[in-house]
Amino acid sequence: MRPIVKFLDNELLERIVSEARDVLCKLGVEIHNRGILSMLGDYGAKVDMHRNHALFTDEIIDRTLKSAPGSFKLYDVLGNETHDFIGYNVYFTPGSAALNILDYKTRKIRKPTTMDYIKYTEVVSGLENIASQSTAFIPADVNENISDSYRLYLSLLCCKKPVVTGAFSVEAFNIMKDLQLAVRGTREKLAAKPLTIYSCCPTSPLKWSDVTSQNLVDCALHSIPVEYVSMPLAGFMAPVTLVGTLVQHTAETLSGLAISQLTNPGTPILYGGSPAIFDVRYETTPMGAVETQMIDCAYNEIGKHFGLPTQAYISLSDSKRLDTQAGLESSMGATLAVLAGVNNISGPGMLDFENCQSLEKLVVDNEICGMTLRLIKGIEPREDFPALPRFEELLKEKHLLISEHTLRYLREEQYFPGPVIDRANRARWREEGALTLFKRAHREVKRLVKEYEPSRLPGEVKRELKKLMEGEARRYGMDSLPSRDL
Amino acid sequence: MDILKQISENLRGGNDKKVLEFTKLAIEQKIPPKDILDDGLIAGMDTVGKLFKAHEIFLPDVLLAAKAMYSGMDELKPILIREGIPTIGKVVIGTIQGDLHDIGKNLVGIMLKGAGFEVIDLGNDVSPEKFVERAKKENAKVIGMSALLTTTMQGMRKVIDLLNERGLSGEIKTIIGGAPVSEEFAREIGADAYGYDAASAVDRVKKLTREK
Ligand code: B12
Repeated sequence: MRPIVKFLDNELLERIVSEARDVLCKLGVEIHNRGILSMLGDYGAKVDMHRNHALFTDEIIDRTLKSAPGSFKLYDVLGNETHDFIGYNVYFTPGSAALNILDYKTRKIRKPTTMDYIKYTEVVSGLENIASQSTAFIPADVNENISDSYRLYLSLLCCKKPVVTGAFSVEAFNIMKDLQLAVRGTREKLAAKPLTIYSCCPTSPLKWSDVTSQNLVDCALHSIPVEYVSMPLAGFMAPVTLVGTLVQHTAETLSGLAISQLTNPGTPILYGGSPAIFDVRYETTPMGAVETQMIDCAYNEIGKHFGLPTQAYISLSDSKRLDTQAGLESSMGATLAVLAGVNNISGPGMLDFENCQSLEKLVVDNEICGMTLRLIKGIEPREDFPALPRFEELLKEKHLLISEHTLRYLREEQYFPGPVIDRANRARWREEGALTLFKRAHREVKRLVKEYEPSRLPGEVKRELKKLMEGEARRYGMDSLPSRDL
Repeated sequence: MDILKQISENLRGGNDKKVLEFTKLAIEQKIPPKDILDDGLIAGMDTVGKLFKAHEIFLPDVLLAAKAMYSGMDELKPILIREGIPTIGKVVIGTIQGDLHDIGKNLVGIMLKGAGFEVIDLGNDVSPEKFVERAKKENAKVIGMSALLTTTMQGMRKVIDLLNERGLSGEIKTIIGGAPVSEEFAREIGADAYGYDAASAVDRVKKLTREK
């Protein structure tokens, strides 16, 4: 049996959904995008262009829930299938778009560079439990106007895993789409084999900005998958109760769904989010709070109730160091997320409220993810019944270390974390250098970088990517890109 | 208890009706308006600020106190203006061009207002020209800028350059904040101060307005 955790009974879930519909139809949503407003108007929404406002209708909500696909797949840069977002399948992806990284040598949080990003792609290439890359942080050594597309460029060039990303402006969408077209060849091929997922955020409460709503439209037109990242902050920009926050999250996410699906019925989406409670003592948005994680799991249940694949920002930490807090918040989130069946689980590597990535943490989290993936395989009988023969064998042989049963099922029954999770006895641990977790993780980062093999993307595609990116850089006054020898 | 103390204590408790009542009483009893402001309202908010920093009270308590402060302030303001008594100063705040994150900026605005500043909030996606022109027009002492994106933080430099260009940098001070910026970045772009949360913003803006 696959273990599953649930927080909402049917009655409560349905009430939350019906209240959210009420909010959409009676209070409506502010949308700073004339094209979208008039499209909604065409489908029967009551639109007020002066107030940038639309009142939804139940028909719009029903229509878009019906046209949204219940599953979709992702493919790596070489075109191989990597993800099937359906049912309770779960995949991990690193936390995206950090401002900073935690520097191993100085132990300080600093702005990242191109070299850090390349190292990141090399590490993520080798992490078996992290299924996709994300554009995890922003290299600070290029012009800020290209910093979103530049991350995608480096990712596509260096690592073959599909990419969870997002644009910071309307204009950036174009180059980011062109980079993907360079990899896939044609628009049709890109639509047939999606390579990226874009995060698009409504602004709580109940609003879409021109940038993020236009990103939704542009993605839909190219059938590029999006994840809606609604961020109600409980007690501040949303009701303090988890239920109230869920009503708001549902309304905001359904409004995004309508924009995508009316633009292009059937375009792939993830029912996602990054809600949080608001900590009134520190004015912060704790992602490691148990209540934040409960909201995540619960809206994922609502997404599943609609028959949609889901996403959440849930396995990350607010700590500033790779310490106990980092480990416990990340593993609590990862554990809950896999048990709830969140399809795309965002967060590994992330510290400091989505603000800081750490390669060492990413390596630790990879092992945490491995354990949680084992967890959901559950407990299954494997030639265990009848039990008598096995115990006769044990009593006779005095151990089962080389029993046929052991040899057959050892690796299925037990996940072997390491080299970061330490299970050596104390003497051996001491003899092997008495390394702390941070040091063990760093050693693993170094090993992954050393063993990295360049992506087998054809040379001509790489050259095309480079040409596109250099062209974009020139538009913003940069003669060359920081790394020449890629 | 004397009236000013009543004002500041009730303010601390977030009791806006009582703050209004005692402010009216103080005005009736001809207590100098400057004293009502300094020793009543602002003194109360100072205590609230300290308790908040010490984690003895939480943000909602501060906002309730700020609301109570406005109720007294609304009564007092016409008198202060009539008698030509300056308020502690005007601050123009906004989120920088291209950036839509305004939650942190809003909090900073509420707290500055609570501390007695007149706050002109330009909203988000604010161009350098708008920051500078509005600050000049309003005779503001400080411009407060917020950025949450690496792509927009450089826009802060443009505001400061524009102030320099127009010879206003001595007159109008600048303070910056938001997750991607730091004390060092403030120094690098020539901002006068950096604040990491709403309470620190109040401290530093107070310092800036006292400096001249
Ligand atoms: C909430 C949030 C949003 C909300 C914003 C809602 C709103 N009305 O503001 C929404 C969902 C709309 C959003 C949108 C986006 N976001 Co956002 N967002 C956040 C998040 C999680 C929290 C910010 C917040 O409100 N914190 C709570 C407040 C109280 O804290 P604060 O803002 O830091 O402010 C405090 C201090 O900094 C200081 N301060 C702030 N301003 C000022 C000003 C002065 C003068 C002073 C003295 C002090 C000061 O005092 C404040 C009070 O304590 C941050 C991550 C993070 N934890 O910081 C990401 C984050 C900033 N967002 C990010 C991104 C990428 C985006 C999007 C581009 C995503 C997308 N593709 O759609 C869009 C932005 C579009 C645009 N052009 O602006 C990235 C930034 C990446 C980068 N490297 O630049 C972050 C870091 C998250 C991440 N890792 O992905 N976001």
